[in-house]
Amino acid sequence: MQVQTTRVGGVIARGGRRTGGLARQEAIEGYLFILPWILGLLIFTAGPFIAGFYLSFTNFDAMQDPEWVGLANYRRVLGDDPKIGTMLFNTAYYTFVSVPLGVIAGLMLAVLLNQKVRGIAGFRTAYYMPSVVPAVPSVALFIWILHDRFGLLNEFLFNTFGVVGPRWLTSPEWTKPSLILWGLWHVGGGMIIYLAGLQGVPQSLYEAASIDGCGALGRFRHVTLPMISPTLLFVLVMGIIGSFQVFTPVYLLGSDIATAAAGPLDSLLFWVVYVYHNGFFYFRMGYASALAWVLFVIILAITLLQLWLAKRWVYYEAEADGR
Amino acid sequence: MGTTELAVTGRTLGARRRNSILGQIGLYVLLIPLSAIFLTPLVWMLSTALKANEQLGAWPPVWIPNPIQWDNFSRAWTSAPFGLYLQNTLTITLLALVGQVVSASAVAYGFARLRFPGRDALFVVVLATMMLPGVVTLIPTYILFKTLGWLDTFAPLIVPAYFGGGAFFIFMLRQFFKTIPMELSEAAKIDGASNFRIYVQIVLPLSKPALATVAIFSFMAHWNDFMGPLIYLNSPERYTLTLGLQRFMQVYRTDFQQLMAISFLMTLPVITIFFLAQQYFVQGVVMSGLKG
Repeated sequence: MQVQTTRVGGVIARGGRRTGGLARQEAIEGYLFILPWILGLLIFTAGPFIAGFYLSFTNFDAMQDPEWVGLANYRRVLGDDPKIGTMLFNTAYYTFVSVPLGVIAGLMLAVLLNQKVRGIAGFRTAYYMPSVVPAVPSVALFIWILHDRFGLLNEFLFNTFGVVGPRWLTSPEWTKPSLILWGLWHVGGGMIIYLAGLQGVPQSLYEAASIDGCGALGRFRHVTLPMISPTLLFVLVMGIIGSFQVFTPVYLLGSDIATAAAGPLDSLLFWVVYVYHNGFFYFRMGYASALAWVLFVIILAITLLQLWLAKRWVYYEAEADGR
Repeated sequence: MGTTELAVTGRTLGARRRNSILGQIGLYVLLIPLSAIFLTPLVWMLSTALKANEQLGAWPPVWIPNPIQWDNFSRAWTSAPFGLYLQNTLTITLLALVGQVVSASAVAYGFARLRFPGRDALFVVVLATMMLPGVVTLIPTYILFKTLGWLDTFAPLIVPAYFGGGAFFIFMLRQFFKTIPMELSEAAKIDGASNFRIYVQIVLPLSKPALATVAIFSFMAHWNDFMGPLIYLNSPERYTLTLGLQRFMQVYRTDFQQLMAISFLMTLPVITIFFLAQQYFVQGVVMSGLKG
């Protein structure tokens, strides 16, 4: 009896040591598998992240060595640069109009497409398809459709309603609405995400709400919205991060290679366009880095604020179940 | 009593059916005009590309051009070296795609199927990098590639794809790999298979749908990329389609038939892939919303 126990104990001990060796082997292989990502993180994310912070305190034209200037770049961003006001206004205008509008439009379309009617799959395809059109051709298309005189939209407005349409892309007050219109045509990506969220809401919840006397709006308010609120939060967070950094459509609509223009009266001067102009047109890399870092801090603050506010409106099923 | 109840139920059912028929008609009244609004620009793109000059700004609009000007396409395609731009785009897109699929799947295998100290913390870092605004690394990354002497080459647009393949793809593949039963790996291990063999011969073949999704999204990202080529490519003979089209737009501002012809040719592959692989497409978009 005594002997047997010892032997069992011995086996366990040896087994344990062997597992230890295997675990170490597995850990080494684990690190090897993720090695490309670790290297990428160091070379293409963490390294540039820190280097950019350093550069933001320098004058640097990418030819001579960076020259330390202390807080001068930041002072310029926060006070002396007359373009900052315009750029901030444009970026905020675009973000705080286009993101909520996109979420509302996407959600409404998703609710519409979640109905069970004949041919609904075809409608889903029709609404989603524009969002896969690449940005450059799609902006080219909108430049044509929004042409002052011969564009389809103004021709339609004039010949149907007798209204002379706005100069969408050449008058400063209409360039941003045009950009938002373009964005709405691509609303399909968000729509599909919401649609998947809607389809994950258990039918039993709707039935229970109906029995409790909820109408269609009540069911939307008390069942649909809480159930898809995590999805909404995610889309809002990523949407705001993305639209603060909008570049391709704005650059295509407002800028060209020969000048550092940004639409009529700088009405399409957005943050990343300004970073691009400073970095790659004027070769003020230090100043461009400071601009980028200020944007980073703003985005970080807004994201944290959103996550903090989320506690009040986002509903997590697992928490509610006490799991 | 019993019959009354039945009658009531019958009546409400009838009313509900009437309501639902009315509701369905109401839905179509919304769905059909809206889908027309969404599809009109695309139809207009093709229609313009096939038009003669006189029909360009005509009212009522000419939807089906007469005669159809097929040679708009060849005229547009040869007005700038678009064949070369296509070749450049394909080179970058395919090489980067291979890099992203290979390296994201390897990294995801590590995170999903192997245990090592710090794994979960590192995975949080993966997710955090997804939220990092790309603009903070833009300038220093440019300087890095300049130091390496890689400006005006395809390398800055390809090489980073081989280092992890992007946080979103790692996340997506990890989620998928986690659904493959661990017993398969354990059985293979008992038979003496190494992790590399399990990754190549068991996990990857079982993950074709997820890999297809990654490949499609990677293709789209590089095919559509404008900012990367704008920053890194200078010589016209290295332009991609996006850059070529933008330069074309600057020169031929009002030649809308040619502009729409090139735009249509650039859109066609993407739309084709979309129709051929709709389920992977939708799966990828949905996955991107799942993190919430």
